Parts: sequence; C-alpha cells; structure tokens
Amino acid sequence: MSDEQDHKLEAKSDYVADASSVSSPDIDAVPAAELPDQELYHSHSWWTTYVFSQDAKYIGIQYALTAIGTGLLGLVLSWLMRIQLAFPGLGWLEPSSYYQFVTMHGMIMVVYLLTALFLGGFGNLLIPLMCGARDMAFPYVNMLSYWAFVVAVLVLLASFFVPGGPTGAGWTLYPPQAITAGTPGYNGGIILMLISLILFVAGFTMGGLNYIITVLQLRARGMTLMRMPLTIWGIFTATVLAMFAFPALLVGCLMMTLDSLLGTSFFMPAMVSLGEKLTHEGGSPILFQHLFWFFGHPEVYIVALPAFGIVSDLLSVHSRKTIFGYRMMVWAIVGIGALSFFVWAHHMYVSGMNPWFGFFFATTTLIIAVPTAIKVYNWILTLWRGNIQLSLPMLFSLGFIVTFLNGGLTGLFLGNVTVDVPLSDTYFVVAHFHMVMGIAPILVIFGAIYHWYPLITGRMMDETLGKIHFWITFLGSYAIYFPMHYQGFVGVPRRYFEIYDSPYIDTSTLLLNKFITIAVLIVGAAQLLFLYNLFASARLGKKSEKNPWKANSLEWQTPQMPPEHGNWGKELPKVYRWPYDFSVPGAKEDYIPQNQPPSEIIGAKVEKT
Amino acid sequence: MIVALSIFLITVGSIAFHFWSPWWWTEVASNWGNMDDTILLTFWITGAVFVAICFFVAYCVWKYSYKKERRAEYKPEDKKLESRLTWATAIGVAALLAPGLVVWNQYVTVPENAYKVEVFAYQWGWKYRLPGEDNILGKTDIKYISDENPFGLILEDPNGKDDLLVDEQELHVLKDRPVKFELRTIDVLHNFYVPQFRGKMDMVPGIITYYWLTPTRVGDFEVLCAEYCGTGHYAMRGRVIVDEEKDYKKWEAKQITFEKMLAKNKKNDNLQLVKKEK
Repeated sequence: MSDEQDHKLEAKSDYVADASSVSSPDIDAVPAAELPDQELYHSHSWWTTYVFSQDAKYIGIQYALTAIGTGLLGLVLSWLMRIQLAFPGLGWLEPSSYYQFVTMHGMIMVVYLLTALFLGGFGNLLIPLMCGARDMAFPYVNMLSYWAFVVAVLVLLASFFVPGGPTGAGWTLYPPQAITAGTPGYNGGIILMLISLILFVAGFTMGGLNYIITVLQLRARGMTLMRMPLTIWGIFTATVLAMFAFPALLVGCLMMTLDSLLGTSFFMPAMVSLGEKLTHEGGSPILFQHLFWFFGHPEVYIVALPAFGIVSDLLSVHSRKTIFGYRMMVWAIVGIGALSFFVWAHHMYVSGMNPWFGFFFATTTLIIAVPTAIKVYNWILTLWRGNIQLSLPMLFSLGFIVTFLNGGLTGLFLGNVTVDVPLSDTYFVVAHFHMVMGIAPILVIFGAIYHWYPLITGRMMDETLGKIHFWITFLGSYAIYFPMHYQGFVGVPRRYFEIYDSPYIDTSTLLLNKFITIAVLIVGAAQLLFLYNLFASARLGKKSEKNPWKANSLEWQTPQMPPEHGNWGKELPKVYRWPYDFSVPGAKEDYIPQNQPPSEIIGAKVEKT
Repeated sequence: MIVALSIFLITVGSIAFHFWSPWWWTEVASNWGNMDDTILLTFWITGAVFVAICFFVAYCVWKYSYKKERRAEYKPEDKKLESRLTWATAIGVAALLAPGLVVWNQYVTVPENAYKVEVFAYQWGWKYRLPGEDNILGKTDIKYISDENPFGLILEDPNGKDDLLVDEQELHVLKDRPVKFELRTIDVLHNFYVPQFRGKMDMVPGIITYYWLTPTRVGDFEVLCAEYCGTGHYAMRGRVIVDEEKDYKKWEAKQITFEKMLAKNKKNDNLQLVKKEK
C-alpha cells in the first residue's frame, strides 16, 4: 500500500518537473504519511539527555568525541614511534614497547577512530536528518551500541596496564606470534585486544542494524533511494559491508582466544617457541589471515565509502554544481562494496597461500580500480564549470582528491601481484595505506566537521585557524608519505625497530627518516589548533545563519537549527527532488532544497531526478 | 589562485622528486629485473593519470573560482563521456595487469634445472640445508628437533643422511644457476628477503613454501626478515654470498653432512657421559 503511494508520488513530481512551466493547483497536496509517526523516547533528566541519550544526534556526537579522544592516543603513539625511527641513538624505547605502540596505533586508527567516527559519528548524526526521519529505528539499541563501544575502548586501554603490557603483534595480529612468547603482551595484552574487538563488533552490530533499517524504512515521503544524498549511500553501503565483514573478524578473534586460553589449535600448528615445543598441532596460521583479510579488506571500504559519499556532497555544495553522474556514483559505491569481498587475498600474495590464487586476486583487485576511477572522474567533473567556493570544506575536499588519487594509484602497484613481490612488507606499503585510508579519509572528516559544525552547534568554526590547520595538515602529510614510498623502493622493511647501517641502505635514507619524523611532529601539533577551534567555537564562534552553505539536503531544512529532539517539529518533511539541484537554469536562487515543492520554483528547468 | 598554484606545484614537485631524489631501488642481482620493468610500466601509466588529474583540478580551481554573478553549469550526466572514461580506464588497467600476470607465472613456476636449498628460519635467525649428493632433501618433522638434531630431520629417511647442514647465518649460492629456496620455519611466520633479489615469500610453520631465482652477479648481500616475527624481528639478519663455481665448491666442501653431525654429537654425548662418570 505504501509502495503504491510512493510510486504515485514519484510519478507526479516527475511529471511536474518535466513540464515545469505548467502550474497545477494540486501539486503540493501530497498525501500524508499513512503510517503512524515514530514514537520517541523523551528524556527527563540530565543523565538521560546527555549521558544515556537515545537521541541519534547526541549519540553521534558521543561516538565522535570518544573516537577522536582515542585517536589522539593513536597520534601520540605515532610520535613516539617516529622519534625512535629517526633518532635510534636516543635509545629511549625498548623494541618491545616500539612494537606495542605500532600495534596499538594501527588498531586504534583503523577501528576505534575511523570506523567509529564515520559510521557511529556521522552515521548517527546524518542518517535520520538526511533521510528525513525523527530518529533511528531503534533508539534504545542505538544507545547500547555507543556504550558497548565505550566498554570496548576501556578494555583496549586497560591492556596498557596489565602485566606484559598491550599486545605487540602488529595490528594484523597474525598467529602464531600473537600468542607465543616472542611477542610482547602475548598472554595478557592480546586477550584484552581480542575481547575489545569482540565487544566492538557486538556494539557495532547494534548500531549497524539501526543504520540499515533506518535508511530502508524511515525515509521521508518522496525520498526514493535514488534521491538520497551520496553521503547516505556511502554510509549505508559501508554498514552493509560491515555487517558481512565483521563476523569474520569476530570468529577469528574467538578462535584465537580459544587457542590462547584453552589450548585449541585452530591457527596453531606444531611448533617450537623459543626452544620449547608447544602442545598445539595441526592448526593453520593462514586460515587466520584469510579470516582477518576477509574482514580487513572490506574494512578499507567501510572507511572509504562514507568518505567517498561525504566528499561528493561537499564538492557539489561548495562548487554550487550538481554532482556529476549521480547514478554512476551510486552504482560505483555499490559495485565497489560488492567487489570488496572478492579481493581480500591481495594482502596475502606472499603469505604462503597457494601461489596460483595470485592470478585471481590480482585480476579482481585491478577490476575494482575501474569503479574507483569513475568516482575520481566524477568528482573532478563536478568541479568543471562549477562556481567553486574555496571554503574550508572545499579545501579539505581538494586535499582529499590529491591524496586519494596518489594513494589509489599506488594501490595499482601493490594490487598487481608481480609488482607487489618486491614492495610488500616495505615502507611502500606503509606509505600507500596511510595515504589512501589514513590521510584521505581524515581530510574528509575534517572537511565534514567544518561543514556540519553549524548544524550541531549553531555556530561557525573559525576560518583563519581552519585555513592554517588545512595547509599544515595537507602539505605536511603529503611531505610525510610521498617520500616514504621511495624508502620502500630502496627496500626498507616495515615494522623494523631499527634499521642499522645496512649495506644496501644509503645514509641519505636515514636522513629522510629524520625529515619525515619532523613533519610528523609538526602535523600532529597542528591538530591542537583544530581541537582548540572545535571546542572554542562552540562558545566563541560566529553565529551561523540557517543553512549557512545554502545546501539542498534535508538536514539543513529543519525548523530549528540546531535541530531539536525529533528533528522535524510537528510534520515530517516531504521530498520533491534529489539533493543536487544547484544552479538550475531559470531558478531564482542557485539552489533548490529537496523539500521545496515544484510550485514554488516555477520556471526552473529541472531535469528528471 | 594560491590553491590552484599549490596543487600545480605539488604535482610538479612530485615529478621532480621522482626523477631527482637519490632514493631508488638497489641494483638488481637476480633474474627478476622484469619485476622492475613492471614497476616502471606502472609508474608511467599511473604517473600520467596522476599528473593529468591534478592539473585538471588545479585548472578548474583557477578558472572556476567563485563569482557571485556567475552560475555553474547544470549538467547532471553525460552518458557518452562516462562510458568513454570507463573504457579507457579498463584498457589502462588491463595494460598494467597483463604483463604482471606473465611475470607472476614465471615466478611461481620453478625451472626443472633449479637446485634446491632449504632456508630454515627461527626466532631470530637463519640456518640452511643443502640436499647433498643425492640432490634430495631429507624429510623433517618438528617432533624430531633436539639438541642432537637441530634441523629435525627424520632419522629413518635415508635421503637425509647426506644433507649438508649450514648452522650459521651465511649462505652461499651459485651465480647464473637457478636456485629454488624451500622455506621452512619452526616457530612463527618469517620471510626470506634479499632486497637485491626482489623475491619474497612468507615462511609458515607446518608447511614448506618456496620461490626461485637465478643470481646474476657476484656479491655479498644482506638477508632481512620481511614478515613480523616478534621482538627480535628487526635484528633477524643473515647474509647471502653469490659465488662463482670455484669459490662455491670451496665453501660447500666445508659443510658437514647430517650423518657426520649425528656421529659428532653422539661422540660429544659419550665424552660427556665419560666425564660425568669420572
């Protein structure tokens, strides 16, 4: 019944859009929602408003702040590691602490910062607002999701305080070394890491179901799937990926916990550990790698797809132009998501798996380059003949295009199985994945924060501080990672506490290490500017007008800004078009909000959407 | 203006860095120079794309910067352009992939005349084993590892008796002769990596992995472990020395067979027993 209504509505508005000069008196008379409006939990106390909140907007902010806080720890760890690499003579780190910092830095950044911030943070803030819903489908489960995440973070942090310290197994946690005596934290830290990941997956599943069901069920009237902002497409597809990928991580973690605590042999073959024969036998270490990367590769896209979506919206809004090739963009997101489950073993070309797999996975990996390239083309074609405002979100988006392009292209090196052989496990890999899934998505995160900050606080962030922050972060991180690729060509292996004066390594390579470390310290310190801007602007920032960027998507069309509990006042919004009607010929303004009915923009030559 | 100029300069700077920085790969010392060629090919194709797109962005930012009175073009789609770009990309990607797969096929297909060397990894060091006169490496099992039999050869396997055991970090290989490294570890993952050889493969407890190469120049090369293996990973270094036939034979003659080693170890044990009795 409601489907039928949807079709009718779509047909009607299409018709109107086509024959835009024809005015008809009844086009605004969209039938009201025949489903009862969502019942919301209304908080009564400070605790239920700010701590155990069930409002997706608050949960999003809670997720974001927790993730950023954890990410700061990851940042400090990277400083400590880089100082060791550049100045090994200082002797201030033990090899075991170095490896512990490497591991915690990697896991924190990938899972506890990026995944939590994109999906938990932006997902919660934007899905209900952009889809025109009052809240998530299951607000209570949504709250539990956040608190499970908090517990996961606390367990992770607790591992710094157990005997032996946190695990130093590398973020990939490969057995057998992760749970045998040659690795720091092999019997305490690793268990807490595995438990923390299990909690994270459990918490994320609660949130993820919410994101998927909200997008599928609670969209406003007229918001067809093909009228959703690409931000939502990115977050939605990433969440679907996560739902399929995280279970592989979960079972991997459970099996390794059993191997370690109960002496099972899922991943443990017969082996000697530091001179002592262990009782395990018959397990397969490569099985873990398959499970890990079956999660780990989609994980790359779990981070990348929301970034793709968000940056598409930022580019479109700030160049006052329709996103180029919207439908292609949507199918590219979905296609990349689907393909991402068939490429995992490109992380394992030299892992000792059957080498004939190399042909298959090299082919699938290079195929995934095609939809990814389409996205890049469409971003830059969005700029073409645009009216480009060099606002902070636009600057960060441009930074994203350059770094993502760079990191994506080096992916073509590593994905091509032969080229990978000399480069795998060197600094080329480190440079590649930091550029493509570290710097590029983080630049989008910054752009997104500058963009949506007024929606959250009603104030603008400081533009000058933001520009300083942008230039240091963008140029600085390019200076860190671009030269690092060339260390990989020289053959400097990753995960080396100290490289010594190896005969094949020039002293200039060690000098380059010093340069990179200094850049790391500067870029890291510049983030303090951002933090100051983030918190101070909530009080001191210039008051924002409603819809300050003149955007079309629904989140800016709420009756109050910032939106109140329930988002939409008495009546839910109705959607008449896609969110990219910028600079429509014949229209008075250069933007037409999604909820603006055709009768109000007579004369605008809108194409069918 | 500044933004467009910066993107332009970053691109030009990246090209300049690529051609004039001192950091480049080591001189190749094996037959895998064709891996370097695939890298160069990838560089030319991806480099061209990088430069083209960055210049395009810089141009757009310069040309279409915001003017209040101007309107952006309204053009949601261009099917023709999109499909052309898609096909061009697909062709470019295929051009990268095809030579890669050809070389990979060579990499995983060991020539029949390759002689075998076992590389034996442990936390944290290297040992080596040569097949001896019969050209067959004896079978091994973790269970057999002991002070007397550090390589864990199965005592009942006659093929192992004449295996030459190299219980040190240094290995010699022959110039211009294909060699198949059979990779074995007794504890965690390792990876036998010599930067100048280009080849690489993880060593996995429980299975024997392999790769092959033909050394092409005489020299003394450092071996590094390229798969994280615990606290001592960074210190797990060995040496490979590529010899002409004459020098190789000299080195080979100094290595002892498994049989001799067992006898020697037994003698030592007996001596110790004698000492204890005294």
